[in-house]
Formats: sequence, C-alpha cells, structure tokens
Amino acid sequence: MKKTSNYSRRKFIATTGITAAALTIGSKFSAFGAESKRINFMNWDTYIGPNTFNDFKKALGVTVKLDLFANNDELFGKLQNGNPGYDVIVPSHDMVQKMTSLNMLVPLNYDKIPNSKNIFKKFQDAEFDPGRKHSITYMWGTIGIGYNKRKVKGTPDSWKFLYDSPLYANRISLIGEARDLIALGLKYLGYSANSTNLKHLAEVEKLLIAQKKHIKSFHSDNGQDLLLANEIDLVQEYSGDISQIMAEDKKFDYLVPKEGSTVWQDNLAIPKGAPNLENAHKFINFLLDAKIGRDIADEIRYATPNEAAYKLMDDKYRNDPTIYPPDNILKRCETLKFHGLKMSQKYDEILTRIKAA
Amino acid sequence: MKNMKKEKVYKKPAFWFFSIPPVGWYGVFMLMPLIMLWAFSFGSTNEQFQVVLTWTTKNYLTAFQPIYLKILLKTILFSALATAICLVIGFFVALYISFSSPQWKPFWLILVILPFWTNLLIRVFGVSTMLSNSGMINKLLEFFWNKIKILEEVLGWQILSGDYFEPYDMLYNYGAVVAGMVYVSLPFMILPIYSSLDKLDISYLEASLDLGASHTRTIFKIMIPMIMPGIGFGIFLTFIPSLSTFLIPDMLGGPNAQMIANVIQRQFGAGSNWPLGAALSFILMYITFAFFFGHMLYGARRDKR
Repeated sequence: MKKTSNYSRRKFIATTGITAAALTIGSKFSAFGAESKRINFMNWDTYIGPNTFNDFKKALGVTVKLDLFANNDELFGKLQNGNPGYDVIVPSHDMVQKMTSLNMLVPLNYDKIPNSKNIFKKFQDAEFDPGRKHSITYMWGTIGIGYNKRKVKGTPDSWKFLYDSPLYANRISLIGEARDLIALGLKYLGYSANSTNLKHLAEVEKLLIAQKKHIKSFHSDNGQDLLLANEIDLVQEYSGDISQIMAEDKKFDYLVPKEGSTVWQDNLAIPKGAPNLENAHKFINFLLDAKIGRDIADEIRYATPNEAAYKLMDDKYRNDPTIYPPDNILKRCETLKFHGLKMSQKYDEILTRIKAA
Repeated sequence: MKNMKKEKVYKKPAFWFFSIPPVGWYGVFMLMPLIMLWAFSFGSTNEQFQVVLTWTTKNYLTAFQPIYLKILLKTILFSALATAICLVIGFFVALYISFSSPQWKPFWLILVILPFWTNLLIRVFGVSTMLSNSGMINKLLEFFWNKIKILEEVLGWQILSGDYFEPYDMLYNYGAVVAGMVYVSLPFMILPIYSSLDKLDISYLEASLDLGASHTRTIFKIMIPMIMPGIGFGIFLTFIPSLSTFLIPDMLGGPNAQMIANVIQRQFGAGSNWPLGAALSFILMYITFAFFFGHMLYGARRDKR
C-alpha cells in the first residue's frame, strides 16, 4: 500500500524498533494493560479504504502497521509456527475453519465490537464458523467469468465454455488454484462444490484433461491482466478483479454462470498470541463502522456484508450485478469448506496430474 | 611468506580467528536448513499440518512414481535445451566482446550484467510484456503489416490475407518458457566464457592461422579446447538453476508448463505436503550432485592430459 510512503526513513527505523520492542515486551506485559499504541494488521493487497488507517489514528490514536499477504497458504505459513506479532488478520472462509480447528484464533469478545450489529443477518452465522465465534465477514464476492464483450457471442452464461467446449479454443484461462478449479468443475457437472466423492473428482479431472488443449493457461490470480492484454477473451476470476478492469474499459463484463459458483468470504480475525488484544477489537469495531465500511467498499468494489454501510452506498454500487449477482444465481452458489489434510493433498495431486497429462 | 606451506596456516591463531565466523555463518545458514529439509523428507504431515519425523520412506516412494519422474525428465530436457541455446548465443556474444576494442569492452560487459540490477520477477514480467499479444513484437509486426497493406492497395496485389492484423500468440507455451529460461540464464553463460577468452593468448590463434588453418578450424581445434573450463562452468551455471525454476513456467507457460520446481513449490503451499516437497527437492539435489561430480571428473581427466 502507498500509506507507508508517508513515513520518513528515520521514522521507519524508529517505528520498526518500537514494533520489535512492543512485540517482545508487549506480549509479556499486556496482562498489566500496557498495550502499545499500535497494531499489526495483515491484509490482502489493495483491500482497504484510502484513509482508513489515518481515520483510525485520528479517532483512537492508534497507529496501524500493515503487512500484506498474497494467498491464504502464505498467511497460514506465517502463523503456523507461532504468531510473530500480528493483531488482526483477514483469512478466507475455509482458512478460518482450518485455523479454528487448529486452535489458532482468539474467540472474539462481542461486547467490545458493538458495530457487529451493522452486519447483514445472513452473515451473522456461517457454517465455517458456527455462531461467528472467531471471525466476522469483512468482504465477500463470487468467482465467475470475466469476458470481452466484443469477442464473445452472446453471454457466456455457463461454465461449459471454460470446462467443456472448443468454442473459444486458446482464448480461455482458468484459475490455477487446485481447490477453486476443481470446485467449479464439480459445479459444472451438477455436483456440490464441496463434494469429496472421489468418483466426482475423477470426472472433473477427466473433463479438464480433455479440455486442456483449448485452455491457454492456468493463471495465478492475474486473469484480469490477461484479459486487458488481449491474450484471452474469457477468464475464470474473482468478481472484484474483473470489476476493477470494467471500470477501466467498458468492453469487459462479468457474470456468474447459471450452474452457480462459489461464494467466498474474507473475514476479520485475531490470531492467537496477538500482543494488542484490546486495540485489535477496537480496530475490528472501527472497520465495521457504517461510514468507514462505506469508504472501504467504495474504494475496493467488493460486496460489503455491512448493512449500515450498504445503505450509505450509491445505487450504482448497490445495483451492480458484478458485485451483487442476481438472487436466483446466488442461491446456487456455495461456500467452500475445509476438508482436512488428506483432501488438501488430493486436490493438489489432481492438479499435478491435469498439468502433466 | 611466499614459500610458506599451506598446512602451516592452520597453526596460526589469526587463521582461526578470521575463518571461524564466516565458516560458522555458512554452516548455520546454509547447512542447517538443508539438514532440516533432509529430515523433513523422512517425515509425515499430521492432521495439525505439522511435520513429524517418522523416518518413513514413503515420500521417496511417492516421488519415484512415474508421474513425478516424467515431470523430472521433462524438466531436465527443457533445462538442457535452454542451456544448449545459451551456449550457442553465449559463445558468440563472449567472442564478440573479447575481440571488441578495449574502450568498448566495459560497455558490453555492463550491458550483460545490467539485467541483474532488477529482480528476477520483474525481468520475467518484462519478457511477458514483450511477447504478449499487445506487446512490442506484435506492435512491430502490426506496423509492417499495415505498411504492406498500403503497398498492396497501391500496387493492386494480394499478399496478406485478412483485413486486420491478427497478433501472433507467443506467450503461454513451451517456446515462451524456453525463451524466458534462455534470457534469464544467458549472462551466466557469457561471463565465464568471456573470462576464459580474455585470458586466452591470441598468439595461439595467430599461429594456427599462419600455419594455414581456416578460421572455423582454428575456432574448433584451438580456441574451444582452450576455453573448455569456461564453457564447462557456463553450462554448469546455466543448467543447474534452470532445473529449479518455477517462476518462468508459472508466468510464461501454458497449461502444460509444469516443471518439477512448480510441483515442489505447491507442496509447501496449497498441497500441504512438505515431506513430499522435501523428498522431491533432494532427488533434484542428487541429480545436481551427479552433474557436479561428472563435471569434476571431467575436469580432473582434462587436467591430467
């Protein structure tokens, strides 16, 4: 993020020194209430409002130090062998489940998060985090098809065009993450995205091996760039990534196919060993504020779970089908579950075989 | 001082004083992770996603399945191809630099080293923007295409079919992967060959030419045998890093571009199988050692002659 450029070099060294001291001392003495005036926030890139941290500092006098992670596995890797000092993190749905099952998250104290009432009712409970004991939804979205309207005839409203058709041969790119790639193949075949039936998985594998000759690439979450560079005409991507290029160029569009898709949620959570528990709760509460939530949603163009913020948004945002797909399609979407070690390995083996075939 | 035997150095306290810190540093930061990785390769992952040392050999048994061997073989073939291309280009570039005038030499050498001033990721990204459908090469082709089209109209000929220029797909295939590997490795081939050529006494070449040998013959019979250590070192520096590249197939490759390092990388991420990743890494390392050993044997044999 650009925020850090406001710091001078000396200040940077001083603050990192303080962080180091805060991380070691703070964790030991937090029992005495001696919390440092800063929190360490680990978030995805370009996933916060332009002034959120300044507003927080103005409101509560606490500085936010931001670290970035690029995918859930990286986040997990950083916390796997003990928390190096993060206070608030933003894991996705299945990572919340994985971390909860491994006892890596602190149960949230809702007395300190009064703004949690702002959240839409349907996000106040979740299968991946029953009773929302450990996490609150920060943003949500779908995976769908981003496409170039000038090159595609009609609307590509089915996963068929990506998984089972030579129509757009060599003009399509699919997600390179094993779990998403397989889950959406399962959707196309009419199974649950969470199916662990090995026969179903084998069918998806066969489908993709047959389709591979028409696929240009398995992208690493840069599908929107491929579309922009005119490398491809259709891409399987996250809704927000496509919204961003739709704002740049009117010829791109996004839809969720009729078979349904996966709905993902990124969630605010506090990892075990967080040195500034009190401020972490304050920060989460602050992010759930109506106006702050509006500023964030306005900047990053993902769907906000915050009803109060949603009401403050303009109609353009609220009626954008890229951000909020139609209800009849959303009904057919599922949230992916965490299926444990064996399945994680299985998904990767399938991807290895697809690519090697 | 000049005649002091090497063994005697070990008896000086100063020697120990100055050598223990760097050797210790090397031991801790180079060998320790390797030892841990080696131990991982005999471990298993438990349901808590932690690696436990169980001294199992199942990771190696998995790693020797045909699918991984096939990927390994493919990696070796691609690395060999990239190395061969580097050798041909690198030899001639090095030849050109070493025979260019002294005031130009530093300039050419800086050009060779220049890419190192940026990060590998940025360099590979640069290759991808150059080869892309809206990239420089296609833009240039489009320019000429349009010029020919105008010429066609003037002359009333039909040379090119179609009304618009269709960009050539150059990215996301094996060709792009090899091109990327060659681009990234080339300096490692040029520099050692150049340094051998630079030390080469020109009078040998002059003698060969004076005695009636052709230029080609002089290059193959006199020059190449004399700069063989440089060539060997260049091959070594190009081939081995190529074996472990994962960024290039990821960024430039199509749906088939899966080298062994991509598989290894995924085992430490979404694949959640560190032990298998470690076992595959060690198999790759043993291959590297074999190559290294072969190189040493060859060097020893050559020195004897």
